[in-house]
Amino acid sequence: MTEFHLYMAQRLSALVMAPFVIVHIGVMIYAIQGGLSAAEILGRTQGSVFWFAFYGMFVIAVSIHASIGLRTILGEWAGLRGGMRDGASALIGLGLFALGAQAVWAVTA
Amino acid sequence: MPEQDHLTVTVQRGGPDAPLQPQTFQVPAYDNQTVLDVVSWIQQNSDPTLTYRFACRVGMCGSCAMMVNGVPRWTCRTHVGKVSKGGAIEVGPLRNLPVIKDLAADMDPFFDKWVAAEGMHHPTRTRHDAIEAIDPVASDRQEANAGIECINCSVCYSACDTVAGNPDYLGPAALQRAWTLFNDAKDADRDTILDAVSGKGGCHSCHSMGSCTTYCPNELDPLSAILGLKRATAKRFFGGRK
Repeated sequence: MTEFHLYMAQRLSALVMAPFVIVHIGVMIYAIQGGLSAAEILGRTQGSVFWFAFYGMFVIAVSIHASIGLRTILGEWAGLRGGMRDGASALIGLGLFALGAQAVWAVTA
Repeated sequence: MPEQDHLTVTVQRGGPDAPLQPQTFQVPAYDNQTVLDVVSWIQQNSDPTLTYRFACRVGMCGSCAMMVNGVPRWTCRTHVGKVSKGGAIEVGPLRNLPVIKDLAADMDPFFDKWVAAEGMHHPTRTRHDAIEAIDPVASDRQEANAGIECINCSVCYSACDTVAGNPDYLGPAALQRAWTLFNDAKDADRDTILDAVSGKGGCHSCHSMGSCTTYCPNELDPLSAILGLKRATAKRFFGGRK
């Protein structure tokens, strides 16, 4: 994975996230009209292939995008180099994916 | 007559073996005086051991660049009246480069990165062929023309916060040179140029902060050149050609 491939992966994941963010915020504004309850949310998401795919892809894109961005910050601000920086950012990416995937599974399964 | 008889000039002095230390000099103030005049006065009249670098004194050679009040400038083209704060100025060696001694920065890393960015000619013809005709109004040529007035002074390199945070980063001048050659009809190896600027510390490390374009004394636009390289590498990734 070269610097250029990381750059493209970060731009493409941003491209994927843009419509997700708009739909996510749009649905939130729509859904809280007239109150909000856990039962209402779960009623919409549980067993839904659409919301599983939507938030599943969102979590994958976030994990890729954020870990590449943090890799740059770890290099420029924390002075990490080489394998330390790559390893730390890969762990962050895996961690974000694990947390996100767990949440998606919890509300859609 | 100037408001004060003297300027208070703080010079950062030191080198690889001694950390930079400020030293203050009192220098006669004149109506018309550049920062280079002030540094030269100190070396000629106050402390002959002061080390600095200059050649043309008219903004053509790019060798007298230093930090003036924390900003990289050509000292020969910087009027004291423009930068003096209450009769005081601070002068130091260029940022982001090793210091040889006092105000003379070691330019080796800067020029090594020009080479690393393939800032060299890849000829399309030999000396036995006729000279290639260049269309002066072609869009490629216009892009190349925009960057060819760079005189390698390293002001953009010193102004760049990405260079400060990432020592591998090739920097604005080297990348602008690569973009100029990429757009030159006489350059035969565009793929090699794109490969060179796509690696570790290449154009994709740029955060588009734009200090290069803000501080370039020649009013060039390295930021746009770097953005051009990013576009060209992305186009190549998707299989497109120029």
